[in-house]
Amino acid sequence: MQWETVIGLEIHAQLATRSKIFSGASTAYGAAPNTQACAIDLGMPGVLPVLNEQAVRMAVKFGMAIEAEIAPYSVFARKNYFYPDLPKGYQISQFELPIVGNGHLEILLDGEIMRIGVTRAHLEEDAGKSLHEDFHGLTGVDLNRAGTPLLEIVSEPDMRSAKQAVAYMKKLHALVRYLEICDGNMQEGSFRCDANVSVRPVGQQEFGTRTEIKNLNSFRFVEKAINYEVERQIDVLESGGVVVQETRLYDSARDETRSMRSKEESNDYRYFPDPDLLPVVIEDALKEEVKAELPELPDAKRERFKSQYGHDQETASVLTATREMADYFEVLVQKSGCDARLCSNWVMGELAGALNKNSLEISASPIDCERLAGLLQRIADNTISGKIAKQVFEEMWQGSATADAIIEAKGLRQITDSGAIEKIIDQVIADNPGQVEQYLGGKDKLFGFFVGQVMKATQGKANPAEVNKMLKEKLR
Amino acid sequence: MHNKSIAELRRGLHSGEYSSQELTRVFLDRMQRHQALNCYITVTEEQALEAAARADAQLAGGKAGALTGIPIAQKDIFCSKGVKTSCGSKMLDNFISPYDATVVEKFHDAGAVLLGKLNMDEFAMGSSNETSHYGPVRNPWDADAVPGGSSGGSAAAVAARLAPGATGTDTGGSIRQPAAFCGITGMKPTYGRVSRYGMIAFASSLDQGGPMARSAEDAALLLQVMAGFDAKDSTSVDRPLPDYTAGLNEDLRGLKIGLPREFFGAGLNSEVAARIEAAVDEYRKLGAEVRELSMPSLQLSVPVYYVIAPAECSANLSRYDGVRYGYRCAEPADLTDLYTRSRGEAFGSEVKRRILIGTYALSAGYYDAYYLKAQKVRRLISEEFQRAFAEVDVLMGPVTPTTAFGIGEKTADPIEMYLSDIYTIAVNLAGLPAMSIPAGFVGDKPVGLQIIGDYFTEAKLLNIAHRYQQVTDWHGRIPQGFE
Repeated sequence: MQWETVIGLEIHAQLATRSKIFSGASTAYGAAPNTQACAIDLGMPGVLPVLNEQAVRMAVKFGMAIEAEIAPYSVFARKNYFYPDLPKGYQISQFELPIVGNGHLEILLDGEIMRIGVTRAHLEEDAGKSLHEDFHGLTGVDLNRAGTPLLEIVSEPDMRSAKQAVAYMKKLHALVRYLEICDGNMQEGSFRCDANVSVRPVGQQEFGTRTEIKNLNSFRFVEKAINYEVERQIDVLESGGVVVQETRLYDSARDETRSMRSKEESNDYRYFPDPDLLPVVIEDALKEEVKAELPELPDAKRERFKSQYGHDQETASVLTATREMADYFEVLVQKSGCDARLCSNWVMGELAGALNKNSLEISASPIDCERLAGLLQRIADNTISGKIAKQVFEEMWQGSATADAIIEAKGLRQITDSGAIEKIIDQVIADNPGQVEQYLGGKDKLFGFFVGQVMKATQGKANPAEVNKMLKEKLR
Repeated sequence: MHNKSIAELRRGLHSGEYSSQELTRVFLDRMQRHQALNCYITVTEEQALEAAARADAQLAGGKAGALTGIPIAQKDIFCSKGVKTSCGSKMLDNFISPYDATVVEKFHDAGAVLLGKLNMDEFAMGSSNETSHYGPVRNPWDADAVPGGSSGGSAAAVAARLAPGATGTDTGGSIRQPAAFCGITGMKPTYGRVSRYGMIAFASSLDQGGPMARSAEDAALLLQVMAGFDAKDSTSVDRPLPDYTAGLNEDLRGLKIGLPREFFGAGLNSEVAARIEAAVDEYRKLGAEVRELSMPSLQLSVPVYYVIAPAECSANLSRYDGVRYGYRCAEPADLTDLYTRSRGEAFGSEVKRRILIGTYALSAGYYDAYYLKAQKVRRLISEEFQRAFAEVDVLMGPVTPTTAFGIGEKTADPIEMYLSDIYTIAVNLAGLPAMSIPAGFVGDKPVGLQIIGDYFTEAKLLNIAHRYQQVTDWHGRIPQGFE
């Protein structure tokens, strides 16, 4: 039987506010346990929540960026359950009336644009952390994270493969960073994902029974977990079983999903409007204000890159995937004054490769725009060849010298003096009479051998175009 | 000294007739002598004497605030920094609050001297002060009668002259009913007028703190300090604070008083009814016009309240889990054991009953039938009050169907206990301000007249209460043995 996969994602984006969603405590990551939890975060008797306006603004910003309905009136509700890292015994979230309604995102996969629906996005507070290690069989509770603002973004079940799911997640990741509402740091849990996965026979209208895979904190895990889960569900169905609606956990070490709790064991959260908080009223004036603050968004930027720089779809998409990359590119073009194609080749080629190899974000690149511009200028004015430029790039990566300084110090300036090149060519021809004979006898492939010999003799510094031209003349 | 009003005490302190330390000592001695009433859970003697010494220095330096040197007592529901704040529960018997409630801070800033923390029904759930972990409070007018609840300690302490004034909280009548039972003056302000920050939550949409004192004038002085916008409480209302004493003597001619027929039905004790009617007659003499009106939805207020209040409390009390503070059971076997035994051992039966009712009412499949329906009826009740206030300025009636009942009389039947709040609950559902003032006695026990006003008419209510207290002396009576 042919199976179709159906995926919907719930993404938790930690909002980049300075203080918590309902208290004045700091949201900074990595402090000593329980040092960033005030009386409100600790759920002390008598304390009350006060909504952080910045968090509301960020949610509105997100809603506007995905062309969603912004609820003029939304309500915070209490989600009741007991857990040691949930100080009040309930989480303040939004249930029936979320702040952001229907919207959508476009993803680009294999050259095709696909629209993914966003059902809703709502504000809520994060819980603390339970620490099971280092306590000799006891559990520690760190409430620094308790009360950190989250935007939970729920997609429609519009995705049909793990690849699409990852593309959607990456797009969302880029978007929240463009909007500067989330730092996107997945290791620290600032951007994490629950995946709802089901399969159904191709052609069937109704959805199959879904499972929810919790807390996926990397793109790679999302893809692997979904693929594993799809295979598992198909196996279950094909061997005559039924998929149980349940929550599952992805074990990255074993690359498998495991059952956490079934629907029967799941909590009745007893949601009801939080009487401590007033409904959130969003006036048109606020929407206008936020709209005016919106930066150029990824899709618009991509289209602009295509028309302004003559990029193809793929190049424009890669360059605009993050705001930092796009900014880097544009500054590079401006500073170097070089051809956009030369700039994009270097950003996407050498630079991206080196960053990748060292697991660095472009914002942390050891080579800033200014220095890279200096290098590209030397390529453009023929001071060095592209090949030598790569060598210079590596030197630049290791230190802080400019391209010019390295070129001078190492004597990498290209030899363009035709007299000097001619001398070397004559020498090469004199040293290799056998090959000359074969070449003149019709073995054209040997031309490359002569070029190689000349370049070797000049340590790559001879202008390749000049070498080619002169060799052709001499070997006629 | 202990029989003087707060207004008189202020004058005495300012003129140097006596010091705050002397005054504070008088009350501390009386508290000691009348321990049998069981009004106080915690006496903060040391802090009180220190605060009194500071107050005396301020008075001498001419830098006195509104209540500098005046001793007051706080219901043990208000968090006070460095002092045990138990909320009447074993759950918080070991809880020393790390912070001050806004109300506590305001009294502190006004220079008041904190005598101690007052007994109350556990988590303010009760109408007789019998659900307190610290035992029942006795009514100063009759040691075998309850003082009412949940602010029973506050009412009894003020009536017995163990504090010139006190704070209370009112979720369904918890200021007004004990004020009536103990013959004092109590006010539940408009919801949002007094900050709830640091006031331990029972039912958040209904809870409201207010003053309990011997007269309307004293209540006005206390409310002036307690009330006001607080950015730490999102439900607190940002509007200017009037001068509550400025209009106390305003003329009442032309005042339109409404008497809802539903307040004078079959459940009302006839002698209590007679006292209320006599009080209303007094207002006629003061020039008020009185008319009857009908408010049929008031009769739904008890069932509505007993869905909404438990629903909110079931969530509000979830934080007491034995993890971070408060009672923790001995040697829990695992997490579930920690929760079930900590909560099972530390909550009393009335608290458990309400948590169960509330949890049930919010459960999947029942939410619409109970919680949502109750909220709809709640709106109807509010609308009915608004229609009434289109016709009259204030509503009057009894606070309670009977005078104070006996200790142990209603503990076996929770429904009967709940019905003792039948006249007070609707006010909380609508969020309105209301007062209870002494209006006579049935036998030895006081009767309270309830005055209900439209939103933010506290100053008017105090004026109406004060004028009555100028022509009657019920509020000046002292229970025997406490002269």
